[in-house]
Amino acid sequence: MDIVVCVKRVPLTEEVDLAVDEHKKGIKKDQLAFVLNDWDNYAIEEAILLKEKHGGTVTAITVGSEEDEEVLRRCLAMGADRAIRIEAGDVSRFDSFGISKILSRVVKDFPFDLVFTGVLADDDYCGMVGMMVAEELGINHANMVIAIEIENGKARTTSELEGGLGEVSSIALPALLAIQTGINEPRYVSILGIRKAAKKELKVMDLSELGISDEELSPRTIIEEVYLPPETEGAQILTGDPDKIASDFVEILTKKGVMG
Amino acid sequence: MSEVFVIVEHRLGEIRDITLEMLWKAGELAQEHSYNVTAILLGHEVSSIAETISDRADKIIISDDEQLKNFNADIYKEIIAGLIEESKPGLILIGNTAWGMELAPCLAVRTGFPLATDCIDITFKDGKLTVQRQMFSGKIFSNVSFSSSAGCLLTIRSGVFPKDRIGDRQAQIVQREFSLKEIPQKKDFIEFVETAAGDVDIAQAELLVSVGRGIGEEENISLVRELAEALNGLLSCSRPIVDKNWLPKYLQVGSSGKSVNPKVYVAVGISGAFQHLQGITGAGTVIAINKDPKAPIFRAADYGIVGDLFKIIPVLKEKVLETRKG
Ligand SMILES: Cc1cc2nc3c(=O)[nH]c(=O)nc-3n(C[C@H](O)[C@H](O)[C@H](O)COP(=O)(O)OP(=O)(O)OC[C@H]3O[C@@H](n4cnc5c(N)ncnc54)[C@H](O)[C@@H]3O)c2cc1C
Ligand SMILES: Cc1cc2nc3c(=O)[nH]c(=O)nc-3n(C[C@H](O)[C@H](O)[C@H](O)COP(=O)(O)OP(=O)(O)OC[C@H]3O[C@@H](n4cnc5c(N)ncnc54)[C@H](O)[C@@H]3O)c2cc1C
Repeated sequence: MDIVVCVKRVPLTEEVDLAVDEHKKGIKKDQLAFVLNDWDNYAIEEAILLKEKHGGTVTAITVGSEEDEEVLRRCLAMGADRAIRIEAGDVSRFDSFGISKILSRVVKDFPFDLVFTGVLADDDYCGMVGMMVAEELGINHANMVIAIEIENGKARTTSELEGGLGEVSSIALPALLAIQTGINEPRYVSILGIRKAAKKELKVMDLSELGISDEELSPRTIIEEVYLPPETEGAQILTGDPDKIASDFVEILTKKGVMG
Repeated sequence: MSEVFVIVEHRLGEIRDITLEMLWKAGELAQEHSYNVTAILLGHEVSSIAETISDRADKIIISDDEQLKNFNADIYKEIIAGLIEESKPGLILIGNTAWGMELAPCLAVRTGFPLATDCIDITFKDGKLTVQRQMFSGKIFSNVSFSSSAGCLLTIRSGVFPKDRIGDRQAQIVQREFSLKEIPQKKDFIEFVETAAGDVDIAQAELLVSVGRGIGEEENISLVRELAEALNGLLSCSRPIVDKNWLPKYLQVGSSGKSVNPKVYVAVGISGAFQHLQGITGAGTVIAINKDPKAPIFRAADYGIVGDLFKIIPVLKEKVLETRKG
């Protein structure tokens, strides 16, 4: 079972005041901490679990800058066998088509049974790269995958639909599965583990090696403007000392008839 | 452009609300810009669904085939790509649902049309199509437009447009047959499985205290549970709590969990991602407790407490117990 996992490094943005950059095309990222995209963390774990069960290899791939190698090292520490970074300059100039073109071109030349992506990337939140890569590769696919069993060259997958309904399907390999959170419990990675994994192979390829024309990579969507949410009324904030807040809280509940 | 396509989503014989919402938006655009609205209905024994939308579209293209009984992205993709080639619609609307998120990107690669996902609004200014999207769990908005293309694909977030009928339409029904045998079906549907039911049903609760990732550690959940118990309410949670296996799936609120309608919903350490908010549209009053004053939950809540839940929750619990004792 050879599995390729596409991973992205994303900024952590909870509890952070985000600011729009001067071109209004993105956010200011210099003050932010970065992590492996949550969905990709589950995807890499799932690949390693399948490898542990069925043998084979796990390869992690990212299209990104040298700084993004940090998430590849994490994947290696979790148990991936090797990692590939595609150096493509400023990645923000691509739309999802571009990213998918690059990823599918790299994956195409690999022997693989499965390709995993996350359902979504926590930052741009497009949720389309996975299925685009599948279509580019012309392989079978399933989205929102929360369970996988491999049997006789097929994957039995459960996709999560709205309301928590599971849709069970059977698809022949090779296939691309977009992994949903909660499919497993990603293992803990220590700093020492990351250091130890430094010996593993991390290959850097340049976009120019892939023979994709600029034309194919030119974006079809244009970011006009990025901005902070419009001010709305929002919640009435309870203020004062803790005791006052607690009294107000109880008063609201009483008024709404749930304190009885 | 003369036509908007709306891809009808239905499951187990029922039309999904997202379809009505997309038809509303398509209808609104059609009124302003004199387009025709065409609904694409693929399925098996779908006449009642066609009936439901017959006054919301100018045309319904129906393909009724046993093989279309269950959604299949490959078959949908081929049929819709063919219809796009025939009619050249300028805009194709698909739900930003589990199925839509599988179909739309494949269709985009297949047709070469640009795709914007999870759109929360669509506008035309001077003939230029612009959509509004959110990023970073709703902390940032963006406007996206498109390079010149015969058509554009958009997936639409659930719950942002009304389900109402707009305008006065009488759909022409067009029945079509496609030779589905020639389409390689790559995925075989086996069955649907329901989430296991639990000993409590949060959908029936009058008061819910819901815990989110802000709780930090599994052990800390007891803090929130105690508040729920003091209030004679039920404990529920956001998705990451279920993903970590800290609480069972049947306690999850949101689009992939349960829709709840308590009189009061208290959200503790929950940021307010739209998938979560979709589960509480039926809640009477929402009170949010979060240490980030910019958390999107405060835009959806009626009341807010800004601060550290570890300091606030014990005080609230004491006050509730005190009040109950009278
Ligand atoms: C404000 C804004 C709006 C945008 N709107 C659009 C739009 O409407 N249409 C459009 O086509 N593009 C759009 N883009 C561009 C798009 O976000 C980027 O191309 C992005 O790299 C891919 O989308 P995503 O990160 O949301 O990935 P998603 O599709 O959400 O990611 C899913 C999975 O794909 C894989 N993946 C994603 N990126 C990489 C990578 N660099 N390396 C390896 N694997 C990866 C990961 O497995 C990830 O879990 C927009 C960008 C911005 C900043
Ligand atoms: C297809 C799909 C379906 C989904 N379905 C659902 C669903 O049904 N339900 C759902 O909930 N999510 C769902 N999600 C996930 C959703 O996008 C969010 O990731 C999730 O809702 C975030 O949960 P959260 O608010 O608990 O965590 P976070 O977004 O991590 O927020 C934690 C919050 O806690 C606050 N906090 C931290 N520490 C403290 C403290 N000490 N005191 C007070 N506040 C604190 C932080 O400021 C932050 O706002 C779905 C996602 C996808 C892609």
